[in-house]
Amino acid sequence: MTDSVTKVKIPLLELRKLGCERDERLLFAELDLQLYPGDVVQIGGPNGAGKTTLLRALAGISTDYLGQILYADQRLPEAAWEFAGDSLYLGHLPGIKKALTPAENLAWYQAQSGAAIAVNDALAAVGLYGYEDTPCYQLSAGQLRRVALARLHLSRARIWILDEPFTAIDKLGVSQLETLIAQQSAKGGVVILTSHQDLTLPQLRMVNLQDYQPARAGDKTNDDLGGLTSDGAYHG
Amino acid sequence: MADQYPAVSLWGGFIASFRRDMLIAARHKAELTNPLVFFLIAVTLIPLGVSPEKSVLALLAPGIVWVMALLATLLSLDGLFRSDYDDGSLEQMLISPQSLYFTVMAKVLVHWLVSGLPVTLLAPLLGLMLSLPGEGYLPLLASLALGTASMSLIGAVGAALTVSLRKGGLLLSLIVMPLYIPVLIFGASAVQSAVQGGAVGMQLAVLGAFLALAIVLAPIAALGALRISTNG
Repeated sequence: MTDSVTKVKIPLLELRKLGCERDERLLFAELDLQLYPGDVVQIGGPNGAGKTTLLRALAGISTDYLGQILYADQRLPEAAWEFAGDSLYLGHLPGIKKALTPAENLAWYQAQSGAAIAVNDALAAVGLYGYEDTPCYQLSAGQLRRVALARLHLSRARIWILDEPFTAIDKLGVSQLETLIAQQSAKGGVVILTSHQDLTLPQLRMVNLQDYQPARAGDKTNDDLGGLTSDGAYHG
Repeated sequence: MADQYPAVSLWGGFIASFRRDMLIAARHKAELTNPLVFFLIAVTLIPLGVSPEKSVLALLAPGIVWVMALLATLLSLDGLFRSDYDDGSLEQMLISPQSLYFTVMAKVLVHWLVSGLPVTLLAPLLGLMLSLPGEGYLPLLASLALGTASMSLIGAVGAALTVSLRKGGLLLSLIVMPLYIPVLIFGASAVQSAVQGGAVGMQLAVLGAFLALAIVLAPIAALGALRISTNG
């Protein structure tokens, strides 16, 4: 009982003054964000704003950031093990072996991080019934993406970190994925995603990374870019 | 709370990674045979280039077989983490709730089974071709079995460091080659010494010690290198 009370108070995931740097340029800084069970957050911003960099930092792939990330009130690099068991990251790259079949691919993920349902059920849920034993190199880009998305059905993780999950999938797939995200939110999970699509989820919160761009560094980059383009024009 | 976390076992994760890599290896047979064919061709060319004289070849045989086995291993290293890096499996390994040590270990074990072990098993045949004296075969097998396993492990560190570079092949050789030299020296010397009627216990013991050290330390170094490679 006390557990559920504390759960309400403590955010599942908290970012404190988070900043990321790339090629000696500060992409964003002072990002504060609390994610409570049920939250769905869409990270917005133009190309190169640092969306993927942020998600990679959140997922624990990159530890190269300023500020702190807390998972259930524990600092992340220290609580990485618990966090890894409770989070699922889908990146730009699907993480699917083309030489293997969808079922073999998922079986590996199942052994790595456990599963809530059977592999074949997860594949059926993303519309790949009948493709279980087809080698992945014979699948289309959208189907390959669906194999990766089947991990959402398979996983028991509460935190989903999804980088452009809607790429390459058809309209039906998009609406199914939206339903899935809504279900995850209803179950008390947290979903952080980037997408250039407009989502219709009622509980959606938007975070625009442009709002966290350090002004001084931003001006400087704009100047740099201007210089570069005019140089380029002269040479052209 | 406990049932929130997936019930995964260390051994289950290791077996799954091992199975997965064996399956992938079995489906890329052409890539597998490359180092083996290189080993075969390179050793076959030596008598043609140097001398078909039995006494000359017998003298050179231990060194030649060992050097070619080393180069064959080096040839197969670049692909160790490459495909995992390219398709995103590597970042999934880094953040999975499994010990990365055992995942790396499974990959290296598969690498040895499909490159080092075939080279070791082919070596006596090539020894015969180079008229290696009879006393040399057993030490050749034993030293290559120990040596190629060490080389797969050491090579994994180099492969992990260079995986994010598009053309890391040359750099990989430069990183790994100096670390292979002690293995080569003791491996070739074991066979040499057996041929001359000496004892081989010392050399094999040193190779065993290299292997023990590599099993403990190389995966740790490799997983550190993998984290650096994927951080960018």
